[in-house]
Amino acid sequence: MATRDEIAEALAGMTLFADLTTPQLLGVASQFEEAFFPEGARILRQGLSGSAFYVILDGDASVVVDGTARAQLGRGEFFGEVSILLGEPPTADIVALRPLRCLALPGSAVEAFLVDHPRVLYRMLQSQSRRLRNANRAQS
Amino acid sequence: MADIERPFPPGHYPVIVVGSGPGGLQVSYELSHHGIGHAVLSADPGPGGMFRHWPFFQRLLSWTKPYAPADRRTRAFERWDWNSLIAYEPELRGLQTEFMDGSSDFPSRPEMEASLTAFANRAGIVVRYGCRWESTRREETASGDRFTLVTTDGEYSCEHLILAVGIAEPYTPPSPGVEHAVHYAETRAAETYAGKRLFVIGKQNSGFELASGLLQWASRITLASPSPAKTSIETRSLVGVRARYVQPFEDSALGGGVDILSASLAGITPIPGGLRVDLKRSDTGMPVSLEADEVIAATGFTCPLLDLPELGVATFGQSRLPAQTAFWESATVPGIHFAGTITSGAAGLKKHGIPSYSGAVQGHRYNGRIMVRRLAEQSFGISHEHPPIELASLLDHLLAEATGGPELWHQKAYLASVVTVTPDDGIRDQGILPLTHFLDAGGPDAIAMTIEADGEGAIYPVAYLRRGGKVEEHALEPHPLHDYEGTEYRRHLGALLDLIAPGASAA
Repeated sequence: MATRDEIAEALAGMTLFADLTTPQLLGVASQFEEAFFPEGARILRQGLSGSAFYVILDGDASVVVDGTARAQLGRGEFFGEVSILLGEPPTADIVALRPLRCLALPGSAVEAFLVDHPRVLYRMLQSQSRRLRNANRAQS
Repeated sequence: MADIERPFPPGHYPVIVVGSGPGGLQVSYELSHHGIGHAVLSADPGPGGMFRHWPFFQRLLSWTKPYAPADRRTRAFERWDWNSLIAYEPELRGLQTEFMDGSSDFPSRPEMEASLTAFANRAGIVVRYGCRWESTRREETASGDRFTLVTTDGEYSCEHLILAVGIAEPYTPPSPGVEHAVHYAETRAAETYAGKRLFVIGKQNSGFELASGLLQWASRITLASPSPAKTSIETRSLVGVRARYVQPFEDSALGGGVDILSASLAGITPIPGGLRVDLKRSDTGMPVSLEADEVIAATGFTCPLLDLPELGVATFGQSRLPAQTAFWESATVPGIHFAGTITSGAAGLKKHGIPSYSGAVQGHRYNGRIMVRRLAEQSFGISHEHPPIELASLLDHLLAEATGGPELWHQKAYLASVVTVTPDDGIRDQGILPLTHFLDAGGPDAIAMTIEADGEGAIYPVAYLRRGGKVEEHALEPHPLHDYEGTEYRRHLGALLDLIAPGASAA
């Protein structure tokens, strides 16, 4: 993974970005930065401020709360948005289960990005609703 | 030159450094300081790396302030001097100040080259110049991997390879007709653009450097890339276009002949009398076309890692930076280390979106020092003293580090000044370490002091307190003059220190 075109192509296949046009996808690819994490690396750290919003391009990550694995994330899934939207440090570690490639957008750029891309915002809301529904089901 | 007169003939060396720019010189100096035998190989004819040629308009983006409020022979001066390599001997410190003619706090390219050459000469750094690394082999041995470098002078082998080859390979992303563009690296003398309509692909510093330098020569200048350009003043960090190149923004805002577009390149086509550039606007997707006489791709550079990716070195991003550990070793091939600008591949926390400053001398010179120190400890059995700190002076020590520690100021939220507190060993100064290492490696009760910025203008100290294996983050207040040694800071940090070193606040 390297060129903007390749990243835009990868994004086009993800639900979160499914509604964007090619120029918009290229814009997204140039706004986000690619990041690589070796197996075992922490991408988000529970309780530490100033983190970013990540979309997984390749690999798997574990959501770890107080040392306990709670969920797993894979290609096309995203994390970090909750702490950015609430202005609070993350409530979980995100740990690479195998080499992980992500796209990252700094927290400070997320609001403007979502306002500029309402279709991404809508897809994100859908995904969040699904997570909330599943959590409610798990509790009931 | 007869081979007999040249240093480092082909053969086996414990450590091989490739590159003789600032990164290579700094690590060679550090290796010698630790008494670690090594060879330095460079394809160039002399020291200086990229500063032998660039920046194109011959003046740096990084300042040195000869009359800053610290003696130029001290560590404290490094905070105000972004260009000199760092040294343990006072006479080797702050060398850039000797090579400035008083016309600017940004040294010229030749002044920077002269300063690096002086450092190499005075520190006795030996390099085999004119020796180009061409390919690599990796062999597994009982004691770990061994690397063989095939060079224009023959074969070299080593257990530890340190690559300081810069982010130096011109890169142009594929686009229809992009062969009609020339890369930034091929830009001609400014006067040859007189009266030309110039189109620049890319809105990074290199694009704006060209636009600034060619304002008086070109008839029109258009810059385009998919996302909007921001200045470093807006981002309050080194992210964005530096203030040195801000003139094209004003020109564009006032309609003076420079246009700055957010658009992706759809194609470049030769037409009678020039080139047609077709673009698609990022916001509306609508096409825009313009005519140009020349197209320059200011689209950056990649790491010239040759065949290392095939040997397993994972890379990422448009610059193809190698993925690295906190100590700048390949995350996928142990034994290969990096120095110089490539160390920006060890991203650190990027808190609030602000990257490390490892892409510049003022950042990576410290990475080189810490990487070699780690290598010396881990692979050469060299132990370092961790000086004791009296309980009564712990608070003063940490606040002085926050206020003046150059590593903390140049590598915000990336390098930290670390002190451990253990029942057996007391309070020990662990020196400067990567912050992610402190956060992730675990260890005894300790405190890591950093300087951080929030990207909105505030700069403030942050103390990371490790207690019982858990790390907590404690941000101290910003100060209008960045002086963190007053009563409020003593009270706040003192209360934190009491948690791991009872009585520290009473000092």
